[in-house]
Amino acid sequence: MDWTFTLETFISLVAAIPLTLQLAATSILLGAFLALGLALLRLSGVRVLDWFARFYVFVFRGTPLLVQIFLIYYGLSQFPAVRHTMLWPILREPYWCAVIALTLNTAAYASEIIRGGLVSVSHGQIEAARACGMPRFMVFRRIVLPLAIRQALPGYGNEMISMVKATSLASIITLMEVTGVAAKIISETYRAIEVFIVAGVIYLTINFLLTRLVHVVEYMLSPHLRAPRLRTPVQGESK
Amino acid sequence: MNQPDFLDVISFGPGGWGAALLAGAWMTVLIAISGFLIGSIIGTFGAWAKISGGRTIRAIADGYTTVLRGIPDLLVIYLFYFGGSAAVTAIGRFFGSEGFIGFPGFLAGALAVGITSGAQQTEVFRGAFKAVHKGEIEAAIACGMSRALRFRRIIAPLTLRHALPGMGNVWQVVLKESALVSITGVAELLRQAQVGAGSTGMPFNFYVVAGAIYLTISTFSGALLQWSERYFSRGVRRN
Repeated sequence: MDWTFTLETFISLVAAIPLTLQLAATSILLGAFLALGLALLRLSGVRVLDWFARFYVFVFRGTPLLVQIFLIYYGLSQFPAVRHTMLWPILREPYWCAVIALTLNTAAYASEIIRGGLVSVSHGQIEAARACGMPRFMVFRRIVLPLAIRQALPGYGNEMISMVKATSLASIITLMEVTGVAAKIISETYRAIEVFIVAGVIYLTINFLLTRLVHVVEYMLSPHLRAPRLRTPVQGESK
Repeated sequence: MNQPDFLDVISFGPGGWGAALLAGAWMTVLIAISGFLIGSIIGTFGAWAKISGGRTIRAIADGYTTVLRGIPDLLVIYLFYFGGSAAVTAIGRFFGSEGFIGFPGFLAGALAVGITSGAQQTEVFRGAFKAVHKGEIEAAIACGMSRALRFRRIIAPLTLRHALPGMGNVWQVVLKESALVSITGVAELLRQAQVGAGSTGMPFNFYVVAGAIYLTISTFSGALLQWSERYFSRGVRRN
């Protein structure tokens, strides 16, 4: 292995990490709100809304993300009407097109995870909250949502990792995030293995830290599942 | 707008893209099936390594699944496509050929998809094997079955039954992942849509059609998988 080349590659790839993180963080955050909305539509009991959410999830989970990215980035510009709206400054930027596609995509997967979490909240909890006189919205905000989040967190952690991996597709529409820079170096030097190892290490580190973070949040959210911290008996104290 | 009517563009007649898109869809299915089968073989060995391998073999298998689940699939495709070309060129030079030899995109794609889905299938098979009742294996030993016979008649069919739902999920992932192989220039569905979009100036329509074809393939194969799940679980008692 050529160490100077590897080090140079590492330096140029590290410079691309912020863009990867920014893409992932923006789309995960925006996607979470959209996903919550979709999950609520599924559970609304209104047939039209339920069907809309089902159709959305079916379409976005059934087609490749790359097709969705192309559809938004290349597809929308086909219509002169789109080019004359106020949205055009956003839709002409590859960055925003990638964010939109990633957001719409993750929302479909995450809505199913959130729905699972919402469904898992036991009726007893909701009944207890109602019995305390909480209005519907407060029950949702204080009881259902926190319990659902805790239930959905492990699944959501996996989805976040998928999103970090999915940001690599933004490189195909010219964004120079980690994979984009890696592909550029590979196509210039044809030294795929070294570049692959360096990029792989970067992605593995990001994902490792992300799983740790999710674990920490999970730990913080489930104090009731931990064994109570035992008070160590003071020496000489009678039992 | 003096663009031709879209139905003419995707028709099967002269100047229509219907046949090209259908051929692309067929290529997509071929890539996905090859990748899935390669992944199944790797997954079988991976699961075997994790279940009954020694410490070293187990560590290798653990490393393989961890790495492949943490890095983007696109990076793996780049590795095989460019790395394969570099390797083939080096071998060619060894045998006295001059100049660059390209690695076939189909092979690179199928291998890359196979290696990534192999990591997922390793986990699927391992979980499925764990679900096989110990009593079944003990009964087979008690009947005097040899290791090979035990594997063929008892372990493999029972594991497959438990693995089918997970394999179905992996198949859907593989099908969507095959779209990434378009970057190597293989004339699969997305690549054909790109070519069509470029030459007709109707990217939106082409990507919508491509997406619809992906949806159709995944829906039909999903139904097939559900049927096979029912078929292979016909001996299971349901309450």
